[in-house]
Amino acid sequence: MVDSSQSMQAEQLKPPITRIGVIGWLRANLFSSVFNSVLTIVTLYFLWKIVPAFVRWAFIDSSWDTTGAACRAAGGACWSIVTKNLRFIIFGFFPYESQWRPLVAMIILFILLLLSSNRRFWKKSLGYAWLLGLFGMGLLLKGGLFGLSSVESTKWSGLPLTLLLSVFGLTAAYPLGIALALGRQSRMPAIKSLCIVYIETIRGVPLISLLFMSSVMFPLFLPEGITINNILRAQVAIILFTAAYIAEVVRGGLQAIGRGQYEAAESMGLNYYQKMRLIILPQALKIVIPPTVGILISAFKDTSLVVIIGLYDLLKTTQSTLSDPRWMGFSIEAYIFIALIYFAGCFSMSSYSRRLERELYRGN
Amino acid sequence: MAQEGTNSTEITTPAKIPFWHDPTKRAIIYQVVVLLIVGMLGYYLFTNTQANLKRQAIATGFGFFSKEASFEIGESPIPYSAADTYARALLVGVLNTLKVSFIGIILTVILGTFIGIARLSTNWLVAKLAGIYIEVMQDIPVLLQLFFWYSISYEILPSPRQALNPFAGVFLTNRGLIFAVPEAHPAHVYMALAFLVGCVAVWALSRWAKKRQAKTGQPFPVFLVSIAILLGLPVAAWLLGGAPLKMDVPVLRGFNFQGGLTLSPEFVALLLGLVLYTAAFVAEIVRAGIQAISRGQVEAAMSMGLKPGQVLRLVILPQALRVIIPPLTSQMMNLTKNSTLAVAIGFPDFVSVANTTINQTGQAIEGVGMIMVVYLFFSLSTSAFMNWYNKRTALVER
Repeated sequence: MVDSSQSMQAEQLKPPITRIGVIGWLRANLFSSVFNSVLTIVTLYFLWKIVPAFVRWAFIDSSWDTTGAACRAAGGACWSIVTKNLRFIIFGFFPYESQWRPLVAMIILFILLLLSSNRRFWKKSLGYAWLLGLFGMGLLLKGGLFGLSSVESTKWSGLPLTLLLSVFGLTAAYPLGIALALGRQSRMPAIKSLCIVYIETIRGVPLISLLFMSSVMFPLFLPEGITINNILRAQVAIILFTAAYIAEVVRGGLQAIGRGQYEAAESMGLNYYQKMRLIILPQALKIVIPPTVGILISAFKDTSLVVIIGLYDLLKTTQSTLSDPRWMGFSIEAYIFIALIYFAGCFSMSSYSRRLERELYRGN
Repeated sequence: MAQEGTNSTEITTPAKIPFWHDPTKRAIIYQVVVLLIVGMLGYYLFTNTQANLKRQAIATGFGFFSKEASFEIGESPIPYSAADTYARALLVGVLNTLKVSFIGIILTVILGTFIGIARLSTNWLVAKLAGIYIEVMQDIPVLLQLFFWYSISYEILPSPRQALNPFAGVFLTNRGLIFAVPEAHPAHVYMALAFLVGCVAVWALSRWAKKRQAKTGQPFPVFLVSIAILLGLPVAAWLLGGAPLKMDVPVLRGFNFQGGLTLSPEFVALLLGLVLYTAAFVAEIVRAGIQAISRGQVEAAMSMGLKPGQVLRLVILPQALRVIIPPLTSQMMNLTKNSTLAVAIGFPDFVSVANTTINQTGQAIEGVGMIMVVYLFFSLSTSAFMNWYNKRTALVER
């Protein structure tokens, strides 16, 4: 009897059709209350006004491979400014026939970044691969060896310059940032205060002031007759700037390590360097990987500021394309294109950082 | 450690520690070495700079402050002409920076709060759109956004003759945003005074209400009464002043508009870029702050019989603000620092004026030094405020 009553009950009524499926989802997520319904309708109205017009401008009426004059006649978006000037926007003044070199350098960089994003490859060999890769990229850009023609660094421009400034900036700033963070945690008052003053000063001033410093003050600092080129000066400014931010991130990691770890390391008889290198830093640096990726993202975005001191990075090559009378008036299309490049870079890094954060927290 | 060393010599065999094994002495040596290196580096740079300045015949010092600037500044909150001194030009720059930062911060906080709340909305469409906004804006360099908005002003917006007129009294042109403002009238001064009086009254009222509640337990509707005072006093002053309604409406004369208030395209582009960019970060902060409060807090407060308004004011906000305010101030600071990008689109902020000064006088060190000092002052005062706030709101733990 008991069994049969249960089986009777098992034939339950289905939930009302308005609670499940598409209608149920719509009711729960878009029309759950009067206010929400109004909000949905108003939002849909605005989307209806904007999206079709944008699609029409960007795709239906657009021209993809024409001259500027033909674009003006067509009326829609002029993606031709991008397709016709793609190589200048991306590679800038790099000699035309050698532009495969920065391309290969960028591909090496992407492969290295892809490898590094997988935690299975986090071994010593990856470090060597990076060293080798950075050297190879430098060689490809600079040339002068193995039959590659030498290219003046003043010709480095476009996307390779943007990537060079941000990746080299972060790589060089990292050790400096760790040293500053350790200095700030130090018990020696002179070293501690020097590090604090440095970190707080740099974090208190805008990057542009450091870039101005690099372009107008560095030449005064150097002895007569010695000049260093613009790119290196800007690179130094970016390194000095990024290091202060890395120092604060690393300090957060150092503070998150329990006192017990420090004491255990000391009680094992390790000296300061052994303690830091073998016990503390490996743990601290692992914790701060997600915020470090955040710094890489800001460094990648901030390199665009070198436009102001006249370096030809991705943004500047785009602007000089726009100042060509044949292509004047299509700023929006060109800016949308490089915005997409920046977005692709930053979005992949930030979603990677979020995924990593989840994995690391699960691991702990 | 040194003490232990002396103690152990008394008890056990006298083993004098060599100074390179004594941490205290070693620390002193390290610090002396580091200070020496830094000092030598500083001295080296200083002598190089001296030699270079002498060679280029640049006089150091701030003597150029009192010289004639002889360059025009596009917009200025105080009267300024090319015949004025560099000091006054730089002051104009500082005021322009403060103006754009102040307005920018207010708009950013409002917009960021809206988007942050929208991100948490139960409405799927609104939440998704807010999410897309946050992700897209955070991932595009702010300088590129500034160029984008600025290019719209000179490429798409029409000349004043074909000005767009979205609302009555508002005109969008490639010369900027022009809108009608109330015509100057003495009643406006009275209204401002009345508002100040209202602020003092509200402060006194809230003190009195707190005291009374502590003594008698009777609450007083401070919030509603404050709103009434703050709105009512200026309105009363306006009515007493003759209720002036006349508006200063911009009119097209020749090639440009006359009258009304004009915001230059540079200012509008800068403000728009900074606000839209920073609001994405503020929205994330607001979202995190709201999510930091566990549902149990709200339920506990409601089960104690608090009204929804009281739950918000006494339970949610104090806890959420503790999470929100520190990163929020750092975003405000970021906005102020990013306002230096004005130099790229030609808005005369402090960095832009200082840059012109450097180019004209060759006083690079003083110029860059001034920029750094001004922004350090802003950020140090922000962090002083932060420390004060943190101390006030820090959780008192057992």
